[in-house]
Amino acid sequence: MFTIVKKESMADDTVILNEIEAPRIAAKARPGQFVILKANETGERIPLTISDLDAARGTITVIYMVVGKSTALFKTLEEGDAYQDVIGPLGKPTDIEKLGKVVCVGGGTGVAVLFPITRGFKEAGNEVVSIIGARNKDLLILEDKMRAASDTLHVCTDDGSYGHKGFVTEVLKEVLDSQKVDLVVAIGPVPMMKFVSKLTYEYNVKTLVSLNPIMIDGTGMCGGCRVSVGGETRFACVDGPEFDGHKVDYDGLMQRLNAYAKEEKAAYDEYCRLRGI
Amino acid sequence: MTGKAAKKEKIPRQPMPEQAADVRRRNFKEVPMGYSPETAITEAKRCLQCKKPACVTGCPVQIDIPGFIQQVAAGDFAAASQTIWGKNTLPAICGRVCPQEIQCEGECILGKKDEPVAIGNLERFVADFSREQDTGELPEKAASTGKKVAVVGSGPSGLTVAGDLLLKGHDVTMLEAFHKPGGVLVYGIPEFRLPKDIVASEVAALERLGLRIECNSVVGRTVSVDELFEEGYDAVYIGVGAGLPKFLNISGENLIGIYSANEYLTRANLMKGYLFPEYDTPLAKGKNVAVLGAGNVAMDSARTAMRLGAEQVRIVYRRSREEMPARAAEIHHAEEEGIEFYLLTNPIRFIGDDEGRVVQMECLQMELGEPDESGRRRPIPIEGSEFLLDCDLAVVAVGASANPLLTQSDPEIQLNRWGYIIADPKTGKTTKKGVWAGGDIVTGQATVILAMGAGRVAADSIHDYLTIGW
Repeated sequence: MFTIVKKESMADDTVILNEIEAPRIAAKARPGQFVILKANETGERIPLTISDLDAARGTITVIYMVVGKSTALFKTLEEGDAYQDVIGPLGKPTDIEKLGKVVCVGGGTGVAVLFPITRGFKEAGNEVVSIIGARNKDLLILEDKMRAASDTLHVCTDDGSYGHKGFVTEVLKEVLDSQKVDLVVAIGPVPMMKFVSKLTYEYNVKTLVSLNPIMIDGTGMCGGCRVSVGGETRFACVDGPEFDGHKVDYDGLMQRLNAYAKEEKAAYDEYCRLRGI
Repeated sequence: MTGKAAKKEKIPRQPMPEQAADVRRRNFKEVPMGYSPETAITEAKRCLQCKKPACVTGCPVQIDIPGFIQQVAAGDFAAASQTIWGKNTLPAICGRVCPQEIQCEGECILGKKDEPVAIGNLERFVADFSREQDTGELPEKAASTGKKVAVVGSGPSGLTVAGDLLLKGHDVTMLEAFHKPGGVLVYGIPEFRLPKDIVASEVAALERLGLRIECNSVVGRTVSVDELFEEGYDAVYIGVGAGLPKFLNISGENLIGIYSANEYLTRANLMKGYLFPEYDTPLAKGKNVAVLGAGNVAMDSARTAMRLGAEQVRIVYRRSREEMPARAAEIHHAEEEGIEFYLLTNPIRFIGDDEGRVVQMECLQMELGEPDESGRRRPIPIEGSEFLLDCDLAVVAVGASANPLLTQSDPEIQLNRWGYIIADPKTGKTTKKGVWAGGDIVTGQATVILAMGAGRVAADSIHDYLTIGW
């Protein structure tokens, strides 16, 4: 059983953190890898990138935003409850090495995925500049952890309720204009990764993005997570989840993420209606 | 003697009752409904009890076919069950999905002039009968050897290895990447062809024999083969299947609504997407469905789409009817259910709408030329024969290749140039000491029973290794 040992509500209760007992995965996982979780017998398999782990305690931490029926169901699980299935670690770990200066850019819950990678680059001896953003101050997550894992942290909010008013790309541009950057890691909503990659392409700075398409097995068996990278079809689950940001077909990715928009909305509406949410 | 044989031949092959095509095409219940005890006995009496039974030579796991059939004819179904169990730990599954027409029944002497004995139907009857009686009876197990074996993958070959080694007294643990055991029997073959409670019950029987199953264990990621040895296993069997879908590599293939058969069937079968929203995994329902390919997996996909309410389901295949790799029975069932066959038709691109959903498929008409390296006549495009087919759901069922997830993680396990594991066909031994492999990860995509045959061979070799040496 994969028992939840800690549950935290974040970002105005729209984002949930779960620390889960999974000793085998905790012993093995490295930054950038993900797990697939399934709440119960009838549940869906949901991929989430590992946000933190504690090998000694045998736990992993995942952070998810409540966006539909499956994540709403996850949210009903309290401390002491368990996920029926947790599979991992899946995907290739981030290629962490000493490069010099690394800029880590995160948006929304993407910051949860970005955090262990940021910490990894910092521990590898890089100078790490981080830029994190959210729609407003209340939705910002992991600010303290990101600050601790970075040499410099910039915060942006769309509405200006905290930090820089505007998009992460604006701050990134200032950094790129003023400093020599060896690598950019961008993780967040697809449009954010698309615009970060567009910008860094102009500056000719290598950029890594982490993708989270719809997938089933996470082991290369179904091909549902296929994404076009540099004109070639790749599977995010085994070839990724990280890819060269300059080569990803973001528009195709966005379309495929909407494949079940109608079914997902109907299922979520029905779920909310039955529970009076 | 001749007079007696002639008399026996007068009993016609007993058909198995089935759900009517116009009913079953819209439900997921099993199509054939099984023999009654009376029908089974009648059918069993057709067997000539040959002294040198050709049927047994046609069986990849050499079941004592005349033996169990004689027991059925005598009405002793429990004994028949024990006879089959002696060679086959998954009879309810094999009775349903084996291609008997090219194996046991293909060799049956009655088939020379008349129809062969319905060996598959009888095997299924015996297995179902003993399961439904729920006797809980298990075959006898040898004394414990204290040796530990890890079986990677819980499909047909893994289950066979596990069953055999448990009976020989070894301690067996099975590691499965998915959240449920059964491999292709659970994610691939649909409910209407192989009910999942039957797979679960055959797996449960092995668990009663002492099998331990660890689901959610992706060997190559969660744990490596070397770590299994460090954990104290004495031998490892790899039966992970050929789980890497092939695509056509044509334009538009990443549009929404285009699935690998693996994904489509996994959503439907393992995740029970056909019961959405009762189950949470959605499954696209097409109006005009095209299934590309003509093997058993293609038939399964087409028939699944039909059951989900499609108006039109088309099998699109670039060769002719003769070259279709599916079993004749599957093609027949599909046709009865209203699946259309677009033969000598090759898809060349998919066309999408503004949202990136597939709406049409462009195809080329083909004709057959000279035989190619596979011995089949090569399909050649007819110039200027392009045409469009409406299609809002397409399932690519053109086969699978070797999934590199495990094999890449262990360089000592050598692969052939297609990425399949090199294993000695006589023993199943790989190039790494203490490691065996069998099933689709060695042979490429094949049948359930061939994977079981490979499992049988490997189990014998593993037993020798554990009791004698490498």
